Amino acid sequence: MSLLHASSPHTHAATSTGRIMGWVLLATLPGILVATFHFGWGVLINVLFAAVAGVILEAGVLRLRQRPLGMTLRDNSALVTGVLLGVSLPPFVPWWLILVGMVAAIVVAKHLFGGLGQNPFNPAMVGYALLLIAFPVDMTQWAAPLGLFGADAIAPGDALRHFLGLIAPTDAMTGATPLDAFKHKGETLLASEFWAADPLPPGTLDAWHDVALAWLAGGALLLVKHIITWHIPASLLGSLTLLASVLYAIDPSHFETPLFHLLSGAAIFGAFFIATDPVSAATSRRGKLWYGAGIGLLIMVIRPTGAYPDAVAFAVLLMNFAVPFIDYYTQPRTYGHAQANRGIKVRQLDDDEELP
Amino acid sequence: MADFDFPGGIMPPERKTLSNQAPLVKAPLPARVMLPLTQHVGQPAEPVVSVGQTVRTGEIIACAQGMISAPVHASITGTVTAIEERAVPHPSAAVGEAKALCIVIEGNGQDDDWQRMPPLDWRSASDEALLERLQSSGVVGLGGAGFPAAVKAQVRQRHAIDTLIVNAAECEPYITADDLTLRTYPGDVIEGARMLARLCGAERILIGIEDNKPEAVAALRQALSTSNDTTPVELKVVATRYPSGGESQLIQKLTGREVPSRGLPADVGLLCHNPGTLLASLRAVRDGEPMISRIVTLTGEALTRPGNLEARLGTPLHALLSLAGLRPARLSQLILGGPMMGFTLDSDALPLVKTANCLIAGTADEFPPAPPEQACIRCGACETACPASLLPQQLYWFSKSREHDKAELFNLFDCIECGACAYVCPSHIPLVQYYRAAKGEIRLHEREARKAEHARHRFEFRQARMAREEAEKEARRKARLQQARASRPAPEQRKAAVSPTPSDTPQSDSQDSAAELKKLKIAQAAAKAAVRKAERALARASEGGQDPSADVNDLETQLATARENLKATETRLAALQSRTAPAATQPASTTATGPGVPASQSMPTGTTTEDTAKQVRQRKIAVASAQAAYRKAEKALESAAAQNDDATLAAARQKFERAQGNLDRARKALEEAETTAHEPKDTSTP
Amino acid sequence: MLEWLTAHGILAATLALLGLAVAFGALLGFAGQVFKVEGDPVVERIDALLPQTQCGQCGYPGCKPYAEAIVQGDDINKCPPGGDATIAALADLLGREPKPLDGEAQDIPRVAYIREEECIGCTKCIQACPVDAILGAAKHMHTVIVDECTGCDLCVEPCPVDCIDMLPHPDLAKQWHWPRPPGPGHRPSQPIAATLIASDRQPAPEERAHG
Repeated sequence: MSLLHASSPHTHAATSTGRIMGWVLLATLPGILVATFHFGWGVLINVLFAAVAGVILEAGVLRLRQRPLGMTLRDNSALVTGVLLGVSLPPFVPWWLILVGMVAAIVVAKHLFGGLGQNPFNPAMVGYALLLIAFPVDMTQWAAPLGLFGADAIAPGDALRHFLGLIAPTDAMTGATPLDAFKHKGETLLASEFWAADPLPPGTLDAWHDVALAWLAGGALLLVKHIITWHIPASLLGSLTLLASVLYAIDPSHFETPLFHLLSGAAIFGAFFIATDPVSAATSRRGKLWYGAGIGLLIMVIRPTGAYPDAVAFAVLLMNFAVPFIDYYTQPRTYGHAQANRGIKVRQLDDDEELP
Repeated sequence: MADFDFPGGIMPPERKTLSNQAPLVKAPLPARVMLPLTQHVGQPAEPVVSVGQTVRTGEIIACAQGMISAPVHASITGTVTAIEERAVPHPSAAVGEAKALCIVIEGNGQDDDWQRMPPLDWRSASDEALLERLQSSGVVGLGGAGFPAAVKAQVRQRHAIDTLIVNAAECEPYITADDLTLRTYPGDVIEGARMLARLCGAERILIGIEDNKPEAVAALRQALSTSNDTTPVELKVVATRYPSGGESQLIQKLTGREVPSRGLPADVGLLCHNPGTLLASLRAVRDGEPMISRIVTLTGEALTRPGNLEARLGTPLHALLSLAGLRPARLSQLILGGPMMGFTLDSDALPLVKTANCLIAGTADEFPPAPPEQACIRCGACETACPASLLPQQLYWFSKSREHDKAELFNLFDCIECGACAYVCPSHIPLVQYYRAAKGEIRLHEREARKAEHARHRFEFRQARMAREEAEKEARRKARLQQARASRPAPEQRKAAVSPTPSDTPQSDSQDSAAELKKLKIAQAAAKAAVRKAERALARASEGGQDPSADVNDLETQLATARENLKATETRLAALQSRTAPAATQPASTTATGPGVPASQSMPTGTTTEDTAKQVRQRKIAVASAQAAYRKAEKALESAAAQNDDATLAAARQKFERAQGNLDRARKALEEAETTAHEPKDTSTP
Repeated sequence: MLEWLTAHGILAATLALLGLAVAFGALLGFAGQVFKVEGDPVVERIDALLPQTQCGQCGYPGCKPYAEAIVQGDDINKCPPGGDATIAALADLLGREPKPLDGEAQDIPRVAYIREEECIGCTKCIQACPVDAILGAAKHMHTVIVDECTGCDLCVEPCPVDCIDMLPHPDLAKQWHWPRPPGPGHRPSQPIAATLIASDRQPAPEERAHG
């Protein structure tokens, strides 16, 4: 006869990391589907390939590190990283570019730092940032919103050929993102003049709005299922909106409206799916507010002034750097303490030394 | 309906209907009982019976020992068959380490011959009588910690208590012992609460109960409506959420107050009691029945007849389990306590102890083994669940990597180990075990460091003492020699006898001795400085007063060391001076012997300013050590009072008064010395 | 002057460096005088890491002398009571390589215990005890203050009647704490062999009488 011996508690909620990641995957579906609907099969191909590459790379690294495969693969974290990176990439990028990004994400950003739970930086964003810096041309040409089945739409076969690098996309197929277009409008051009000139392929702005709203729906699912808390999305979008409003109020001819900043880029996606990555985000609730606000602020600093049109990846990575600092200064007030601990205390060695 | 709330918390499946359907029944008398002497917090009780002795039910078989302790009573009538080390219920039992002295009594059939104490009417009885009764009846907190009720009842000597809280929340799943206690004896529990409220000076009673016990609430309402007493009793039904029955959490929920970190509820004017404790206290006073039984929940799906039993303490658990219809084939986990905070047992041959409120015989389906631990993804579920507003994921990180100082910085020791974090963890990390391990390591490390430090100081003291003894021996020898030389007409012969000492001839090596004199003087100054420093440290420690007396003890050792060093150098110096300047022999020798006597007594009356300064200093030390002694006595008095032992109480009080007198005297002496120290200065400066 | 310097760049650089060296040297010297620390702080810190049993197993008459010897270059692995933990801490402090312990590691803390009926009151152990943890007078039985005993063994040797035993520390049972979980990838609970008693109501006495 043998009895089970364990430390309390002896019961556990029916939950697991794999299930949480599963909900995250489910929540990305509306965004992926709407993006595919507007920008063609390329989006779906990217997502699927990145996800598969993520799992294969994770398995390979785990084997190299001589860690058990099954349990770690079942936590679905590599799938999530793959999906998040895949959906961030332009629809025409070749397969090898995605693979490079995934290697940077899974091998470098995740496993070289010790695997799941130990990575200080968001793996998907490390991959994305690397690709953006290494292949700026491929990474900044987005697709025109040609749809899936319309007359101008790219056939699945063509999309696959783009993916395999067999053919290059024609000019008619590509189009800048609204943020990119606005960034390169030229100093003298006023915003109103710029939009009056209709610089983007028809339907681009609406397509981006739809995608952003789809991400918002997915984010709402995460909130409802308590996968994420409201702190990071709210503070991120809040600080972004606030700063965009201030800038717009100061100079409406050169800065865009807050709504444009919210809906025409990766702000919503980043707020609900990227910045909320728990491993690389701040820990405490108050810390999360600061962390999100910092990202929102950085986005609004980088978008008008930086070299790249969108800034979510850089903002998230920069705030990842700040997480340990934020964590030390935003501990909650523990029960029974008059105030919260702040910062790192150095234990004094000789405090009994005093002047006679 | 509670006005306040605590953060976090979880709602695990309650599973209380398993055991709260059947009425409370009395278990049949066990054939034998095993009574551990450590069923409470504090010192183990001391056996007062011998093997072979016949004992009656309710007779004291082991008496309380030390300040915090509780006696043990025979729970059946029979013969003591053994007093030996036996396995007892303890978390470490499963690794085979927990043994404690137990008294085994073999019952003689169905005979239950009671030895009761005379009944008391608590309304008319004096506080002392009530405390004495609580102490001698061995009542301890039945909620789990097992803190002696008599000690707890004495808090008013230290703290003003305004509210007595009856903790009937019983938030852990499965457990229904308090529920059934309240349903069966609502009036007695309320009366017990009134009694303890009077004893601790509380003006009102708050009963906190979760809303999943409607029958108990109804019974309490009924009992409250019929009782006629002046103490206001308020029944607060709180929403069911684990861990609302945690002492700190219930206090926060009912009153909005927070128990300070590492403090007691009494620090915020509250006292918490479990209904079972109140019932046992009342029975001890009203019926004169010592604590020999308790109400225990037997539950779990491996039992066919789960329910609550009122069982004699010391009953083997297997007897209780078989009463509840255990199906051994289905049993996979035996848990003492609740599923959230209880611990697993490796045997059912252990005795029922005072703190055992629930025994769960779980099946494999009911308590599946926890899945393998996965990496922490810092999802924050634990932080949301934590009722103490800690950051469990950070604590886990630091505990795992043994960064103990950081774990403490993140308030590891404010963790109440409720298990909410581990319950919700999606990575199935046994978080609480990590915290327990880290806490244990920190405590062990602290204890070892303290011990090592103390040993070092004792070693230094010994060396200083030996040096002083050596110096004194040398000085005495020299003095004898000189005396002999002075009295004898023929110094050459004596000199020949002691020639090995080279510095004996002052003429030849006066330079040597001058250098040595200088060196010794420097050493003396350094030693004086060391003494001053040690005195200051001691004074500061005794003024600060927050640390236990161990610290003061250690500082006293250090001070003694410094004094020994000073004495040694002074003795050597005096000896040398007496040799180099024979004219000054007399005064030097007095100072040489002086340090043996307390300096304040040997102080000459015609004092120089230096002397008065010294005197002030010495009196300051005297005040400091008197203060330390006063504090110690105060503490001893408190704990003695808590223990409700008249003899120790009287002794402690005496000691306390003496310490108080000493302190006053020392203070007065210091004042005097200070005024005399100032006066000459004032006159000399102009 | 300035022109000459610009003409001879290498000399200018050398002069500048020299000037800096002099300035910082003066600053360092000044700081060294002002913030002078009495005694050797390294010795103190080493001493703080040693277990203070004062047992002399390192070959020095106490922990402090050994700490001084370590500063002079002696090995850090000569302290059996401290064991590997102390060696690791010393290696950490001094930046040296941890070495395997020189001598036999002590498994559990022990204290001296005098069999009082056999003690003849010779006071030899009292003189040997480095921390004054033995009480007694000549011709009277001695006893060990358990709380003060460091378990150094030094009293065992001088006892003429061998009445001193080294026994496990009585507090050992109180020092139990939960062990650290095995870590990620492992199950935190494990089955243990249990002793269950058949649930018949009258088990045979010997069947129950285990402890």
